[in-house]
Order: sequence, then structure tokens, then C-alpha cells
Amino acid sequence: MNLNYLDFEQPIAELQAKIEELRHVGEGNAVNLSDEISRLKGKSDSLTTSIFSSLSAWQVAQLSRHPQRPYFFDYINAVFTDFEELHGDRTFADDGALVGGVARLSGKPVVVLGHQKGRDTAEKVKRNFGMPRPEGYRKALRLMQLAERFGLPVITLIDTPGAYPGIGAEERGQSEAIARNLLEMSNLKVPIICTVVGEGGSGGALAIGVGDHVAMLQYSIYSVISPEGCASILWKSAEKAPDAAAAMGVTADRAKEFNLVDAIVPEPLGGAHRDMPATAAALGDHWLQQLERLERLSVDELLKRRHARLRSYGVFAEA
Amino acid sequence: MSWFDKLVPDQIRPESAGASRVPQGLWVKCQGCEAILYRAELVKSQEVCPKCSYHLRIGARARLDGFLDKDDRQELATEVTPLDPLKFRDSKRYKDRLLIAQKNTGETDALIAMRGKLNGLPVVAVAFNFQFMGGSMGSVVGERFTRAAEYCLKHELPLICFSASGGARMQEALLSLMQMAKTSAALAQLRSRGLPYISVMTDPTTGGVSASLAMLGDLNVAEPGALIGFAGRRVIEQTVRETLPDGFQSAEFLLEHGQLDMIVDRREMRDRLHSILKILLRKS
Repeated sequence: MNLNYLDFEQPIAELQAKIEELRHVGEGNAVNLSDEISRLKGKSDSLTTSIFSSLSAWQVAQLSRHPQRPYFFDYINAVFTDFEELHGDRTFADDGALVGGVARLSGKPVVVLGHQKGRDTAEKVKRNFGMPRPEGYRKALRLMQLAERFGLPVITLIDTPGAYPGIGAEERGQSEAIARNLLEMSNLKVPIICTVVGEGGSGGALAIGVGDHVAMLQYSIYSVISPEGCASILWKSAEKAPDAAAAMGVTADRAKEFNLVDAIVPEPLGGAHRDMPATAAALGDHWLQQLERLERLSVDELLKRRHARLRSYGVFAEA
Repeated sequence: MSWFDKLVPDQIRPESAGASRVPQGLWVKCQGCEAILYRAELVKSQEVCPKCSYHLRIGARARLDGFLDKDDRQELATEVTPLDPLKFRDSKRYKDRLLIAQKNTGETDALIAMRGKLNGLPVVAVAFNFQFMGGSMGSVVGERFTRAAEYCLKHELPLICFSASGGARMQEALLSLMQMAKTSAALAQLRSRGLPYISVMTDPTTGGVSASLAMLGDLNVAEPGALIGFAGRRVIEQTVRETLPDGFQSAEFLLEHGQLDMIVDRREMRDRLHSILKILLRKS
């Protein structure tokens, strides 16, 4: 089993392995295998297209957590220039799970911040698996307020299993840190562009997700509780996570259906990690487009529209 | 029926085997000191044990009834009622869960909003009903809270919220999460207009409700012994793999860690909040 492929992608993995094998055989060999290779490639592409045309909510959740999925710093390196990381909440610590700084996007000065997961074990520990503590949210707020003081737009990248459930996090006011960001972001006087690029895990995601435009990458998820958490409460078994994912509708198209996100940024065939440069380019274009649109609005108009968006959330009957 | 009951002849079997003849719920055992309390007396003391001051959970309507002056009350946002937009179903349909909760509580959803007076001072007060699906916040709770805040903006009134909630309502999924943003944005408006918002956290206040409207008070107040926190105890224990200290996530623990302004006994809530509000509003 190829670990770079998820269980439902194994047929694709097998074809890819065959292609690699033929390439290897073909090298330094008189026999020309290129026809066979391109035939298999075509087959692999059509198989991928067919598998990806009908993904379940749970399969999308797995893709959003794919170990090779691009993270915050991958996008920083690919899309932004002049990035300088700014550290610390000025009160307690520097949180490795929520990072940010100043940068340029196509020359335009911005503040960019987001969750960072770790790629290898050492970095996973350093980044706390992308689960911020209160100091992470307080650093994020500090950077957003810096952006406001200098009139810089804010771009946030969301990718977290959730805010960290730990003793210290509770002692230092995890709830208050998240709540404060929700309140302050609703009134920040510069454009805020939010994008869920991986896992949008509950309050820990929303705490940097209040803005003027919220988008999701095609195979990212956004949910009130993890599918496993929901399953263990309502189904009394974490193994029912696929059912919970489907019932909650954690995917981008469901979120869009209820007007909770504004746009879906398409991913390359097979997901963001299969063609990282193409994903980064699509995101870069998206951010620039939103930036240019929002920059034209006066602060009053910007806030008026932001408040109207927030006010519209919810579905209920009215007598 | 046990094997022994079956052996007892009908003539000597009590009318309803096992059940006492005392009407149900006339006596209540205090969860704090285990004293047996007379129900009517407990209602009079707003569900606070007269012996040990243990604060029992109280429904939203009884809460507001005890908090606001008796005259000149008006319930707000009753026109907003729940739907099942996701057609959510686990072991039960959300629709059925709503019906059961409505039947058991006599309420349409987990939040009641009311305009009224506090020792003569006009206020808006909202209260969560923990009996209604764990006081969970879905679209209706978020909308009623927001309408209550907007009523305060329009009439320049202070807002007081009594929270008792397990967090966001899973059956409305992302719609529930977004109520955190919506209610917090409404509170930002109150703040910029200089209208006081007092959050009173009662047992329990956790998850998405504590991580939004409950922690955003100009004053964050709690009742004694209330459980308040972001993550549930079990989740934390599984994550950190150690047993949690005694009193972890209690109101007293939060006060000690600087998360609360004060802990107030329910029986003093009216007078103390009234006195504070008058100071904040610079009234004599």
C-alpha cells in the first residue's frame, strides 16, 4: 500500500506504480515503451477523474488532512514575496501553530497569517499539529491590529483540527481568546480575506475566519466539530465518522449552499498536493482579485457589507 | 417485575409496586450537601440550596422570572423558530429531537429573550435553557440573541445574558458555528455604542458558547461552582493523558486564573448587577 495515496485512491496508486516501473525499464533499453506509458497515463487520469467526480464527504475530509497537503509556509514561499515572520503575543509565548507576518502579494503590502501543521515529527510537535493555544489567537489579533494601524489588508489561511484542548490553554482563556478575535475581526477597519485551505476545525478555525470574503479550497472542510467528535457524541462511536461527515455536510459545496462561504477555489485533478504550483497560482490569483475588489471600498462600505454578511448567517422559520 | 414481586399475591401488592404515594418531585435531594429539600422552598430560593448554597440548574423562564421585576416584561424574538435545514439524522432525526425538547420544556428553542426591568432599570435579559438540547446554539439561539442585542441598540438598553450551554448545536453543523461570529459581531456593535453587556456564566457554559458571546462581557460574571471551559474534560484528558486537577474549569478556578470579574450568588444577582449597571450608566 502506497501511503502517499488514500485508501480510495489505491487503484490510482497501482497504475502510477506501473507507469514508474515501465519508465524504469524503458531507460537504457532499445524497446520504446512511450506508447504504453502514455496509454497508462491516460487511463490513470480518467480513473482519477472518475474517482474524484463522486467523493463522499468523508473522502474529502481525508484529502483535507492529506499528509502531503500544502501548508501555510508552502503557500507563503510560492505566492508571497518579502515575507517577514513576526513572533509572539507580547504576553506569554510565541505559538508555533498560528503564524504570520508582513509580506507582499504581487507587490501589494499585506499582513498574512494562518495555521501551520508540521510535515515531520519534530515539526509536528513544534507546530502542535496545527492546534493553537490562546497565545496563538492573541498573536493573530496583534498582527491584525498592526495591519489596521498601517492600513494593510489581512489574508488568513485556515488549516487546523481545532484549538488545542489542554490544561494550560484553559487556564489562559482559550474561550476568551477565540471570542475576542470574533468580536474584533467583525470591526477591523481593513479588508480581511479568509481561505480554508485544509481543515476548518470549529472555533479554532473561525477565530481567524471572520472577514469580508471567505473561500474554501475545493477539497478542504469546514465544520462545527470534527467528524470523529460528532460521531463519538451522537453515534457513540468515532468509527461512524464517515456518517457524521455526511450528515454535517462538511464540504465546500455544502457550505456554499448555505451562503456560509462566498467562493470555492478549484484544486488540480487529484487534489492540491498533486500539483502544488498550480494550487498556489490559483490561490494567488484569487487573493489578488479579492484584494483589488475590496480595496476599492470605503471603510464604511467595507464594514457595512461585512456586518450584513455576518448578520445573514442562519436558517430559521419566522412567523 | 422481579421474580419476588410475581410471588406476592395481588391482595397484598401495593397499587403501583415500587412507586411511593408521595407526589413526584415534592422533595429534592441537594447535589451539594445531600440534604432533602422541600421543593416549594427551593423554588422560593431560586433553586439554591438554603443549607449549603449549592446552585442547582434552573430553567431559562424561571431564571428570568426570578431576575426581572414582576411588572412590565415583554418577551422578544418569539417569532423566530427552528427548522431542520440539513435534514440531519443520527440515531434520531433532528426534527424529532426538536419536537421532544419542545414537548419537555414547553419552549420553542434554547434561548429566551426578554425586555424588562431590574429594580426599575430598563434592561434586556436573555437566558439559555440547558434542558433544551443542552442549551446548544443553533440558528434560532443566534438569531434571538442578535435581535435582543439589536433591541438594546435601538432603545439604548444594557444587555444581560445568562448562559448554560454545551456549545454549538451539531445538528445544524456549520450554521451553528457561524452563530458564534454573528452574536460576537452584534456584541461589537453594543460595545461601540457604549451599551453595557454583562455575561453571567452558569452551570455549564462550554464550547462554542463560551468561545463567543459568554466570554465577551464588559463584565464576565459566574455563579458559584459553575463549570466553564472551552473543551470538555474528557477531550482534555484524552489529549494530555493526565487526570485533571480538582476544581478544574470551575468558576472559582477561572476567577483565580483571571478569566472572570466576579462570582455572584444567584440570590444576590439582581441587586449586585443593578448596582453595577447604575455605575456603568452613571446613574445616581
